[in-house]
Amino acid sequence: MSVLGTIERNQEGFLVNPNDWNKDIAAAIAVEEGVGNLTADHWKIIEFCRESAVNSGVAPTLRQITKGAGVPTKELFTLFPKGPAKKVAKISGLGKPEGCV
Amino acid sequence: MTEKNRHVAFICSKGNLDMAYPALIMGWAALGNGIDVTLFFTFWGLDIINKKRQPQLKIAPVANTSMKMDMMGIPTGNLGIPQAMGIIPGMTSFATTLMKKKMVDLEVPPVGEYLEMLSDAGANLYACKMSVDMMGLTMDDFVDGVKSIVTASDFMDLTEGAQIVFI
Repeated sequence: MSVLGTIERNQEGFLVNPNDWNKDIAAAIAVEEGVGNLTADHWKIIEFCRESAVNSGVAPTLRQITKGAGVPTKELFTLFPKGPAKKVAKISGLGKPEGCV
Repeated sequence: MTEKNRHVAFICSKGNLDMAYPALIMGWAALGNGIDVTLFFTFWGLDIINKKRQPQLKIAPVANTSMKMDMMGIPTGNLGIPQAMGIIPGMTSFATTLMKKKMVDLEVPPVGEYLEMLSDAGANLYACKMSVDMMGLTMDDFVDGVKSIVTASDFMDLTEGAQIVFI
């Protein structure tokens, strides 16, 4: 991924500098993570996560996403298959979610 | 990828409120990390998926040495709840209410909602055949999301290669 080539990421693939994030980078990470092309439904979740992180300073947990963005659990797991917890945070340019629920 | 996905199976054998949560919390975390999850409810653990029993899950102070008086807001350090006090009618309900309140404060969902989340996220929920027969239960007694009643041998087949956690 050319767009990802120039930015610094940690071993797990999270952005080191949150300011590096932009929509192209999100799209490139999504492809890398096996999420595929980002649709409006994906963006609704990503934007909720970014907004939530502005207020709290950390990436939201899955339940905070389903409750806050009004997305059913099934849909969240379909949109971001095989482990949405880290994938959503990574694509949103945030750190690992803190909290267990 | 030909490699098999990681799979964690939880055997839930206890029906106390505090023993219902470990599998729910770890199972949810596993699903969030892309790990396959199976929950097998056996013996008292069936209360967790039993529609009538699930809202009645409780925690009892009797014989629970970890329950200290200061959890009730009385600054008594490490002093436990005297066993004689634990048997006073209402103490179990009181302890249960207290625990549920702490869970709400931490934004931890109630057991029923948690199970729904797990099932929606793709966890496989099964009830143990022998326990079901012993307690005279049927699929109608269980919450949505429970896939079927399976034997111990079925469970072994269903969890081949999985990591097993007994609770």
